[in-house]
Amino acid sequence: MVRDGSDEKSKLKQVIMLIKGNIAISENGFVFNPSTGDSFTLNNTGKEVLLLIKEGKNASQITDLLIAKYDVDKMTIERYLDDFMNDLSANNLSEE
Amino acid sequence: MIRQKVTVAVTGLNNIDSPGPGIPVIRGIRESKDFDVRIIGLAYEHLEPGIYMRDLVDKTYMIPYPAEGKDALFKRLLEIHSIEKLDVIIPNFDAELFSFIKLEKQLAGIGIKTYLPTLEQFEERNKSNLPAYGEKYGINVPAGTEVFSISDLDNTLKSMNYPVMIKGKYYDAYPAYSLEQAVSYFTKMSSKWGLPVIVQEHIKGTEVNVIALGDGEGNLIAAVPMRKQYITDKGKAWGGITIEDHSMLNLAKQIISQTKWKGGMELELIRASDNKLYLLEINPRIPAWVYLAVGAGQNIPEALLKLTLGLDVKPFTSYDVGKMFIRYSYDMIVDLELFSRLATTGEL
Repeated sequence: MVRDGSDEKSKLKQVIMLIKGNIAISENGFVFNPSTGDSFTLNNTGKEVLLLIKEGKNASQITDLLIAKYDVDKMTIERYLDDFMNDLSANNLSEE
Repeated sequence: MIRQKVTVAVTGLNNIDSPGPGIPVIRGIRESKDFDVRIIGLAYEHLEPGIYMRDLVDKTYMIPYPAEGKDALFKRLLEIHSIEKLDVIIPNFDAELFSFIKLEKQLAGIGIKTYLPTLEQFEERNKSNLPAYGEKYGINVPAGTEVFSISDLDNTLKSMNYPVMIKGKYYDAYPAYSLEQAVSYFTKMSSKWGLPVIVQEHIKGTEVNVIALGDGEGNLIAAVPMRKQYITDKGKAWGGITIEDHSMLNLAKQIISQTKWKGGMELELIRASDNKLYLLEINPRIPAWVYLAVGAGQNIPEALLKLTLGLDVKPFTSYDVGKMFIRYSYDMIVDLELFSRLATTGEL
């Protein structure tokens, strides 16, 4: 049997990404990591996604919420979300 | 509440592009609600800007360069003390600390208090002793060695990878990417600060510092970690931000407790990409960015003054994370008359 990885992908979508507890997000999308002193500015969508992650939503739930709200197809949103989560991880904003 | 009158002499009034800590130390002390302070500046150069900051420094006296020795310094301090009745001296330069530590008892004998590390503590953390220091206390330190000549340097570099850091005995550090560059910095450092010059492995990462204050009995009285945000070509922080980093605080606690350090200190660290902390230097005095610690809730100059006077100081337990400092330059207009008075009489 050839595995296409779709099961794993689907499982990953259920995993909740944890944002480090001390990360501060201001109303205007300014993100501050007090452990490193790094700061970032998010656009509105980025801020919205980060707040959803902080609320404990998983990738699949966030994708559904964004599809319902914006006129964008699922594949685009998933790609955007993947990139965004990679960025969070690369910038030490998420728990390992 | 009656504020205690105290006369404090402070060095390090050179608020230049590589600033001394004198002015921020004075700002911290002046903000104390417990003291009514008279500040006496002690200066080496006529153009140290702090001399002319009359709202911060009440009077300034010129003092001899450290190269003239401790006896010349003591003689001058006696003259100043006879006029000003100094209670405390806070020296702020690495290069002068040796003399002040040596003079500690003599100064105490005439009623001037200091709060300094012992000579052993001072020597042990010397840049050239840092590898041994790291080994003794279990701290990551970049590989390094001291060199006394260009042929020494050449030999040392054969076993190291570029870039390497070339460091002056007291101040200054430059990355060298070739033998030619290393030789050029060696010449510059040795003529400015004397020998040896230190060659150190270059660790890539984020520059972070901790300011700390020890009570000489192993207790950490104050500590604030900072990340440099804007670094000048001299490697000085021109902007920085307080961060929440327990490993840095623990390192400060470990060093203060193991060495029983007395007085202010600064740990210069690199957070490498593998997240390891490397100790680059221990500066044996309060750093120039101390006012950030004051702004973040730990008035370290005031605490140091209290410790010096033998007053009870409770260790600080918190500070504001995310406080920033942004340094700036500012042109003062000074009448020639003031400059000439200082140049001719040695006081202003």
